[in-house]
Amino acid sequence: MTPAALLRQLAQIILALALAPLFAGWIAQCRAWLQNRSAPPLTQPYRMLRKLFAKEVVLADNASPLFRATPYVLFGTMVLAAAIIPSLLTDLPFARVVDAIALIGAFATARVFLSLAAMDIGTAFGTLGARREMMIGFLAEPALLMVFFNAFLLFGSTAFPNLVERYTRHPSLLDPSVLFSAIAFVMVLLAENARIPIDNPATHLELTMVHEAMLLEYSARHLALAEWASSLKLYNYVCIGFALFLPWGIASSTQHGLWVLPVSLAALVCKLLLAGGVLVTIETLSAKLRVFRAPEFLAMAFLLAVLGLLVHLLLGAA
Amino acid sequence: MAEFNATPDFSGAFANAGALPSNVPCRLIETSREQWLRVAEALRAAEGMLLALWGHDERDGGQGFLVYASYLTAQGLLVARLCLRNGDERFPSLARLFPCAVRMERALHDLLGVASDQDDERGWLRHFGWPREFFPLRGENRLQTSFPPTPEPYPFVSVEGEGVHEIAVGPIHAGIIEPGHFRFSVVGEKVLRLEERLGYTHKGAAKRFQTLSLAAGHRLAARLCGDSSVAYAWAYCAALEALSATVVPPRALWLRALALEHERLANHLGDLGALGNDAGFAVGLTQFSRLKEDLLRLNQAALGARYLFNFVQPGGVECDLDPKWATDLPRFYSHLDTELEQMRSIYDEHAGLQDRFRGAGVLSTATARRLGALGLAARASAIPLDLRVDYAIAPYDRMRTKIVTQDAGDVAARVVVRFQECLEAMRLCQRLLEQLPSGDIHSAPRVAPSGALATGIIEGWRGPVMVALQAGPSQSIRHCHVHDPSWQNWPLLEYAILGNIVPDFPLINKSFNLAYSGQDG
Repeated sequence: MTPAALLRQLAQIILALALAPLFAGWIAQCRAWLQNRSAPPLTQPYRMLRKLFAKEVVLADNASPLFRATPYVLFGTMVLAAAIIPSLLTDLPFARVVDAIALIGAFATARVFLSLAAMDIGTAFGTLGARREMMIGFLAEPALLMVFFNAFLLFGSTAFPNLVERYTRHPSLLDPSVLFSAIAFVMVLLAENARIPIDNPATHLELTMVHEAMLLEYSARHLALAEWASSLKLYNYVCIGFALFLPWGIASSTQHGLWVLPVSLAALVCKLLLAGGVLVTIETLSAKLRVFRAPEFLAMAFLLAVLGLLVHLLLGAA
Repeated sequence: MAEFNATPDFSGAFANAGALPSNVPCRLIETSREQWLRVAEALRAAEGMLLALWGHDERDGGQGFLVYASYLTAQGLLVARLCLRNGDERFPSLARLFPCAVRMERALHDLLGVASDQDDERGWLRHFGWPREFFPLRGENRLQTSFPPTPEPYPFVSVEGEGVHEIAVGPIHAGIIEPGHFRFSVVGEKVLRLEERLGYTHKGAAKRFQTLSLAAGHRLAARLCGDSSVAYAWAYCAALEALSATVVPPRALWLRALALEHERLANHLGDLGALGNDAGFAVGLTQFSRLKEDLLRLNQAALGARYLFNFVQPGGVECDLDPKWATDLPRFYSHLDTELEQMRSIYDEHAGLQDRFRGAGVLSTATARRLGALGLAARASAIPLDLRVDYAIAPYDRMRTKIVTQDAGDVAARVVVRFQECLEAMRLCQRLLEQLPSGDIHSAPRVAPSGALATGIIEGWRGPVMVALQAGPSQSIRHCHVHDPSWQNWPLLEYAILGNIVPDFPLINKSFNLAYSGQDG
């Protein structure tokens, strides 16, 4: 691993850390505009983080070390994910060793830790949230796996750099199965990131919460890390979406000069702006589903992903 | 007073009772212990409803403790009075006949120390703020007495079974809302039982009233429940005006009705938005908040205040309506009407929203009747009960108010009732403006005879608000009891939630939107 490669890797991680709260801020702005409200500034998530980091931590008396460690685990896994998903460039040392399947494992680790921490304190809300989160998680994961399998069938690899490079070089590989996969992926993204229609990130109703219920007992830097990790997770998911379905603009290497980086950054920002708009439109137009409709929603995502596979197999055979 | 002679035919009993000053037909019956129950039985048989239950310390007048119960009957309001003499501190419970009496009897014991013979001996209002042996409403106890907190166990009814566990919610919530404790017994996400515990906002209003003059009491009444201030103040003023035989100028009555309908409209608009938001449809909240804000600003411009706290005054209203509003207000209503129709079609056609609303929190007509449901909640469960029609006082006697009812009894029904009542309220406002009489808006209140008792009752946006007011010497308040319809309607929620899932509770709760502060007093 050359120092240059390490620098590229570091640059992408720092970019993810910086852009994730901004992306959350952009979503909040879009949502406010669509609801005819005046929007908070784009940097509002940064202000929240600064405020939370400056506060004193309040811990429940019966909090175990697990409870205190979880925010760091969450943040760590999301940073790891940001390191391997090619958002800016594909020539990343980490991305060559960790593939998409391992990425799902990283997300699952974060989920398990958060659920355990939520139950650790012993409040009813944390347990309620953890239970719902596990239900949603175990339904969403197979659908996400199917999406990755489809990409694997198309491009013959589960490593992100290979996927992106082959896709950008051979757009002829594009086939209708990608559309099914894309819809399934958006549904999984909504469910996994606590968005409407599965969860409502803006609610104050403790009995309806999923993700927020698990964070209710956190404060100060722990809460800041958990919130930052949440925005990173959304950013990561959106970047997975770009890598799988909109890979154009991601730089493959810097051999021909550093000028590719600004271009790929500009492409990334444009795609993020667009993705924020699309996400908010979906959220604004929907109401939240009853909790027991979530399995139907995710079963639909799974079905679409499987349809994508079938379509590919059938067309591929022809 | 005429003694009540127990006959099965209730209408005879009503005629035999003595008249009590009120803004609606009202009678007072003095009862013995046996008659206290027999009146209740006759009323239950005649489909009367228990409205309020309260008490008063009359030992200094040599009468002992007085316990009152007021009933809504087809002929009007009936007040039964039971006198507990010679140190007697127990009275027969009405809870067997009217389940809503349970909490009112518990509250009465906390305040006055007279207990009913029901089983539930837990406190309701006390919350350890004062000792068990101290009763604030007894004459010898002063207003400002402080005690160290004395924690006591409060056993909730528990549900046994495999996988059953409890979720305790509140009184402090994740959002900024009023305090109430909800104890769910659930299996998985399904609610097996809900027990409410309220009374956290008890402010000692009944005791505070006793330090005020009759002419100042309406200010406190208007502030007991901020979203129903017009209804509360009007009910108080109606009782005071009945007590002192003050004739209110017609123009003032018309303006009061206009303010009451504006209050109804503002609350319904706010609730419709909040219901959308609780189902995850934030657009509903922003749009309805905007409409409500327009109305509040209009209140400020036309009637002098956004929430109309001081608008209703004894003898009339605070300020007159400028003639220009005779054209400007109808223009606003027709504009609001268009916007409301648009929002309604959005709500009606939104599949996700309707999926959340329909079938959630069903309150059957039979349960609603058995528990004595009042107001909006009753109307959404197919019970046509609206005092603006049933006891039409001026100016409602000339308005031909339509009672809005729905059959389903679910959240969707309560949403539809709100939409339709908004339209009806605007129609009423328009009519009130067309017929607005000219003349004074205020007449000087006359002197109320010391010791006299009167009631006032007004259909607020939640349901009937009742005030019972007794004058003391030199225009002071001897005692004043304020009743909120939420006393009847909170228990409905415990039934409406059964079999629903936990995350649907906030939506179902919001569809009732009951009072905390108004009920706690």
